[in-house]
Amino acid sequence: MNRRSFLTTTAATATLAATGGFAFAPSIARAQSQAVKVAFVGTLSGPGAALGTHLRDGWLAGVKRLDNQLGGRAVETLVIDDELKPDVAVSKVRAALERDKVDFVVGVVFSNMLQAIVRPVTESNTFLITANAGPSTLAGKGCSPFLFSSAYQNDQPHATMGQAAQDLGYKRVFILVPNYQAGKDAVAGFRSRYKGEVVDEIYVPLSQLDFSTEVTKIAAAKPDAIFTFMPGALGVNLVRQYRQAGLANIPFLSTFTVDESTLPAQGEAALDFYTAATWAPNFDNPQSRRFVQEFEAAYGYVPSNFAAHAYDAAHMLDAAIRRTKGDVADKAALRTALEVGDFPSVRGALRLGPNHFPIQDFWLCKVAKRADGKFQTETVRKVLTADADSYAASCKMG
Amino acid sequence: MSMLLVQALNGLQFGVLLFLVAAGLSLVFGVMDLINLAHGVQYMLGAYVAATLGVWTGSFWLGALLSLPVALLVGLALEWLVFRHLYRRDHLSQVLATFGVILTVEEATRALWGSAPQTVLEPSGLTGGPMGGVEIVAGLIYPTYRLVIIGVGIVVPLLLWFLVERTRAGMLVRAGATHPAMVSALGVDIRRLFTVVFAFGAMLAGFAGALASPIFPVAPGMGDTVLILCFVVIVIGGVGSIRGAFIAALLVGLLDSVGRAMLPDLLRLVLDPSSARQTGAALASMLVYIVMAAILFFRPAGLFPGGRSA
Repeated sequence: MNRRSFLTTTAATATLAATGGFAFAPSIARAQSQAVKVAFVGTLSGPGAALGTHLRDGWLAGVKRLDNQLGGRAVETLVIDDELKPDVAVSKVRAALERDKVDFVVGVVFSNMLQAIVRPVTESNTFLITANAGPSTLAGKGCSPFLFSSAYQNDQPHATMGQAAQDLGYKRVFILVPNYQAGKDAVAGFRSRYKGEVVDEIYVPLSQLDFSTEVTKIAAAKPDAIFTFMPGALGVNLVRQYRQAGLANIPFLSTFTVDESTLPAQGEAALDFYTAATWAPNFDNPQSRRFVQEFEAAYGYVPSNFAAHAYDAAHMLDAAIRRTKGDVADKAALRTALEVGDFPSVRGALRLGPNHFPIQDFWLCKVAKRADGKFQTETVRKVLTADADSYAASCKMG
Repeated sequence: MSMLLVQALNGLQFGVLLFLVAAGLSLVFGVMDLINLAHGVQYMLGAYVAATLGVWTGSFWLGALLSLPVALLVGLALEWLVFRHLYRRDHLSQVLATFGVILTVEEATRALWGSAPQTVLEPSGLTGGPMGGVEIVAGLIYPTYRLVIIGVGIVVPLLLWFLVERTRAGMLVRAGATHPAMVSALGVDIRRLFTVVFAFGAMLAGFAGALASPIFPVAPGMGDTVLILCFVVIVIGGVGSIRGAFIAALLVGLLDSVGRAMLPDLLRLVLDPSSARQTGAALASMLVYIVMAAILFFRPAGLFPGGRSA
């Protein structure tokens, strides 16, 4: 079970590298007295691993930016692969809480993984910062004083795209999503703000290999635009086929389909395709510019929203621990400090709502080719300003 | 109506790709009585190597061509390391061992290439764009590359048929499949024959992977979904029969494409639109398996029982 989880003793790395030794256990024992321990949980194997890698690298880049310290205290990250299996996630996180006595749990790509670990973590009075997953239950009725988000509520990007379609004046939209819960949520989110006609809604199996059938249907329907949510390899396939079939003149509105985790494989085929995001690598503020530059230097690829939100999670914790003057034992003080939410974000200023989810702007972005030949998403225009999710009202926190 | 034609073309092309993967599997299964679950990862390796070499050499075609000897070598190495020791074992051991190969190769691929989908060059001069396709229906370009795949998918089975039915090597393979002891007694090195057949099967899988790389995403796990459909193809077609695999692959491809295109609309006649969509989608993805069950009920040995007589 521990095969895949390994210790990244960020605090001790420097000394280890200097001495060239592999004195693992003693350095941890020494660090235990003073370092803040964080368990990073993400999907690092299987088909979802690309997103987990972005999330992890974003977190590590954030910690590195802060000189391997959070609020002035050395930090030690325990990287956990949830393997996209709820039982595995729970048992690994339990071990981190009980055996390794971590002070914080951060990360989590997929909502079902977050839902699996949220109770074990929050019931042990440990703070959980989600850097991506934001299911409606946890933003609403199931919210917790110990749960914070540095990302968004799941519906928001889809709703942003719905609003964008509305603003752009598309009358007839064709919807194409995978046949599972997140796909249905995407449709609901999009439709919450899009009021035009939906020509057709197609649900494809998650194991879909070829999109010829759907591409043919889109060509026949001749919509003003299509809206799709096709994460990972599905999106790579759809985007290439859409382009090859000569449909690129029909605007391609998407969420989690063209982003920096899939663009290296999509390349030119994704050019000018739209996505909705909280942030894009071309954001023009010092924090964002420095993030992109340092991240690319360290990891050799363009950071995505996933990486940005995890990077922000590090700064979120840093600001809060600084506010409590390094005290992570006083949970009430720490909660108040986290709720202030005044950390420097790559998204510029943002604040936290009553359910601990950010209230922030959402952007329409599109894929562009940079001067160095790499592809990234770039902002087109702001669609939603200081948007709060619709579940905050039903969150009653003690 | 023209849309239905396009959907049939889509199904044909998907079926042909399935055949290319299934052919190697069927050959190995039929001739050597070896269940090779690792066939899917050999297909995956073919796609990865073709994608990487394509980017290196700057030409998709060169990459695809160079991936063939690599797939052959990987096949030989795997045969020597693992499969050689499995021929005399029962099917359960073969399934376990080849499943182990899947896990090992998948992790190795992830370690070498990472988890993100790979960049694949567009086959030059063929895909997309106004010049690279045929506009079959207004507004829909059918990429030439997909037509090329259909062409390849017709030539390869003919070649295979010729090889197995009309050449001396093919005769030995057929004889080795049904009467290995007798062939061995006549002075033919049956081990080497099996090695060659296995490596050839691996190369076919790699070839299919290379050919599929511009169409399907080149990502970890890409072999698994295809492998399942390939087993469906082999079971429908009859174990070990190339002709059966070909017909079954086309059938599966057509069923899948046309089912996905038509079912939601057909169900709309009896259900309300939103439940028709979701039931239709669910039913369409089950259609292939339902048909397989039906065929097995009436013809338990598949459409064209061949290969091993015992």
